[in-house]
Amino acid sequence: MSGRHFAALLRIAALALLVAFLVAPQAFAPVFAPLTQYGAPPIYDQGNLLSLALAHLGTVCLAAAASTVVAVGLGILVTRPSGAQFLPLSRTLVNIGQTFPPVAVLAVAVPLVGFGEKPTLIALFAYGLLPIFENTIVGLRTVPAAVLEAASGVGMSARQRLRAVELPLALPLILEGIRLSLVINVGTATIGSTVAAKGLGEVIIAGLLSNNNAFVLQGGLVTALMAVLLYEVLAGLERRLCRTVRID
Amino acid sequence: MSAPVAAPYVPAAASRLRPDALGVLLTAVGVLALFGLPFVLFKANRILPGEPRSLLAVLPAAGAWGCGAALLLAALVAVLARDARLRLGGALAGLVALALAVAASGDILTPPGNNVVRVAPGGAFWVLLLCLGLLATDAITRLRPGPLTRVLLLAGFFVVMGLSLAHGTFDHLSVMREYAVNSERFWRELLRHVWLALGSLGAAVLVALPLGILCHRVPRLRPGVLGTLNVIQTVPSIALFGILMAPLAALATAWPWAAALGVHGIGAAPAAVALFLYSLLPVVANTAAGLGRVSRAAVEAAHGMGMTRWQVLSAVELTLALPVILTGIRVVLVQNIGMVTVAALIGGGGLGTFVFQGIGQTAMDLVLLGAIPIVALAFTAAVLLDALVEVLERTKA
Amino acid sequence: MITVENLSKQYGAATVVDDVSMQIERNSITVVVGTSGSGKSTLLRMINRLVEPSGGRVLIDGKDTRAEPAHLLRRRIGYVIQGHGLFPHRTVAENIATVPRLLDWDAARIRARVEELLQVFQLEPATYAEAFPHQLSGGQQQRVGVARALAAEPALLLMDEPFGALDPIIRAKAQDDLLDIQCRFGTTIVLVTHDMDEAFRLGDRVAVMSEGRLLQYDPPAALLTRPADPFVARLTGQAERAMRLLSLTTAGEAAVPGSSTGPAVPASATLREALSELLWCGAESVAVLDAEGRPRGRLTLDLILARGRP
Repeated sequence: MSGRHFAALLRIAALALLVAFLVAPQAFAPVFAPLTQYGAPPIYDQGNLLSLALAHLGTVCLAAAASTVVAVGLGILVTRPSGAQFLPLSRTLVNIGQTFPPVAVLAVAVPLVGFGEKPTLIALFAYGLLPIFENTIVGLRTVPAAVLEAASGVGMSARQRLRAVELPLALPLILEGIRLSLVINVGTATIGSTVAAKGLGEVIIAGLLSNNNAFVLQGGLVTALMAVLLYEVLAGLERRLCRTVRID
Repeated sequence: MSAPVAAPYVPAAASRLRPDALGVLLTAVGVLALFGLPFVLFKANRILPGEPRSLLAVLPAAGAWGCGAALLLAALVAVLARDARLRLGGALAGLVALALAVAASGDILTPPGNNVVRVAPGGAFWVLLLCLGLLATDAITRLRPGPLTRVLLLAGFFVVMGLSLAHGTFDHLSVMREYAVNSERFWRELLRHVWLALGSLGAAVLVALPLGILCHRVPRLRPGVLGTLNVIQTVPSIALFGILMAPLAALATAWPWAAALGVHGIGAAPAAVALFLYSLLPVVANTAAGLGRVSRAAVEAAHGMGMTRWQVLSAVELTLALPVILTGIRVVLVQNIGMVTVAALIGGGGLGTFVFQGIGQTAMDLVLLGAIPIVALAFTAAVLLDALVEVLERTKA
Repeated sequence: MITVENLSKQYGAATVVDDVSMQIERNSITVVVGTSGSGKSTLLRMINRLVEPSGGRVLIDGKDTRAEPAHLLRRRIGYVIQGHGLFPHRTVAENIATVPRLLDWDAARIRARVEELLQVFQLEPATYAEAFPHQLSGGQQQRVGVARALAAEPALLLMDEPFGALDPIIRAKAQDDLLDIQCRFGTTIVLVTHDMDEAFRLGDRVAVMSEGRLLQYDPPAALLTRPADPFVARLTGQAERAMRLLSLTTAGEAAVPGSSTGPAVPASATLREALSELLWCGAESVAVLDAEGRPRGRLTLDLILARGRP
């Protein structure tokens, strides 16, 4: 069996495991039972794991969508001649977004928008900007000069050139930025549960509060599996979308 | 081709009379905030929601006009001036006026001898702080200061802040009220925060450097090592902290000497171990990448001059790869400073204690007492290490 | 007909093109030569307004090029650059269809035109239409670049060092193909190069530029026999000018009636090649054969040598 097939099989197995655990968690009770003490429940029982995982994924995807719109928009703006003067400022802003610890953003956002999903969305949005922004800029700037010149030369307007030539050629890098940002945020989103956002952090925090390691472990494992699978799925999507794009 | 490239990426020639777009944007945001958001929030006590107060309503006429004039000056300079020094001066003048105005608001709104009333900076203050801060940063970027100048600017900022805090300028603001109550704990947790971030980084560098060198020398190992470390990164920090509690507790029970060394199930130990594990990937990956980028010619020349393998590694390869390795360390340090915050959830201490305590009590002033120093630490680490990387790159070039 | 009137371009204090005026005849090939930095590319790019002139104007068939938006103007003018600039994310067919699509041609017409061009450029449609640029050889990429420029049947084709990236053998073939294409479509071509041999081989008229100024604009033979400027003489190469002059005339044009026992050359060969053949064989005369291989006349050494003098 070749390495590639083995990796594919491993991915399918991981996905099957994740789905099985989320759909029928009680079937895994014997696995987690040794981690509990004094007859504590081995499987998280204060909520539906599947709906928590979906809520978690939903929050992360929504934040990533917002980061993508803003970061790609800014990236396009600062690579146009008219927007070049905004480049240093935009860089500073997205760097601040990543230097601000997400927990601090979360905490500061609470008085402004209240408890729940909103502070988490803000924290994830700010934290996820940098990779997408930087990759968009690199992607747009590395479109070969001859291709840009040809696009103008055949009579494309600036807008047509952006849509038909620059963005498609920058797409692989932009997608890579989105993937990095998404994967980082799947893990980061767990802290949202400290301000009452619905998500897998709830399971982990319930475990910490009740001293139940089984909860902590299953919350952590489900999150990690989701991050790894998301990474693989997006990487596969990138390869498929960009198979034809090769820039010499 | 000799001719300059056509229209695409040549910045438009800046005309002298055209207003600065960035200045216009930030001024507009600042003006909207000043008139649309409260400058300070007045709270009868720590927990109650604040009542909004505007700048004009709080300060006496002379103070309000003075502060307004300084802000107007900063805005005019931002919109019209081209000279970066002038722009920096304008932004700094605005920042000073803003700080004095918020401090004065605290003094005025607090009845003498009253320790219950809280005056917290409001939305307008924070937005203006952001706008002026961005203007100052932009001006500094345009001046292209060297690494040493940047560190000096940072030091200057800390000296000014330290002096005004020591003088008690901001004592009547809510954050400083929280500090007054928690001052002893504050310094303990701050120290612990720094130690946790730096200690786990130090241990990680000791392990990651050899591991990175190994990955470079034996490329077969690379996918496995980096893949494993990558997977560790995907485990959320709270979960890893929690998962590590059990084995460490077992360790402490089995070997009393481990407990004597400070290994406990709860507390700083699981946090330190988890941060150590998270820190490995960026350093290993950058060490391997940095070594991979060292030119073969330089390594061959070193061998050709009769250096031993160890001499080649230390004097040529690691020296040339150092900026890239340090960039990895910068990523880790900034990331760690943020993650230590979460350690407070498992009793690991650090400034996160105030943050989570504040969230629990819905006491935002307490949250800020933790969050502001965390952000300051992260920025300081970023500025210092960026400067160090640049110095090293310059000496290399 | 293209009229360039007092065209100038300044970047800050630097004058890149300095008051250039010239007339370009319909259905001709005009080659602009010069060293790098001479302003020849900028001059070319001002014709399709990739660079906006600082002064002067360009008229195409009497109409000022500034009368319409630049991108609409460019759709009527073919443009080929060195390194082809093909869109790497589009197939060969899609690349060729770029301008027809911008002009909203209907699908059937676009398909027919792409097919025709692929045939003309010896790229078998079944094999190449759906290929991506990175799957082609350098010569094929260059041909697709020219095909794309010609897709919307432009009356004018601008070429900026179009063959610069090709190796000598493929370049010679590409130059021959260009001459064929020009005959076939009757396109007016303006081509920029720094290669004098290319200029002499392709140009009906050659414009020599240096430091932004147009030094001479004449048929190739006039450049050799009556250089307007010492720089022109240097550029055309004093050591080679006799040979270059010979290369401008074909054996068929110079042949006189008669027969020869010497080696045979085709009528399409240049006098330079005929002379080379004579020297190599040590003969006094060559026989000139027409395309069917029938004797058409002869050339003697004296006749050839006489043609190598101004």
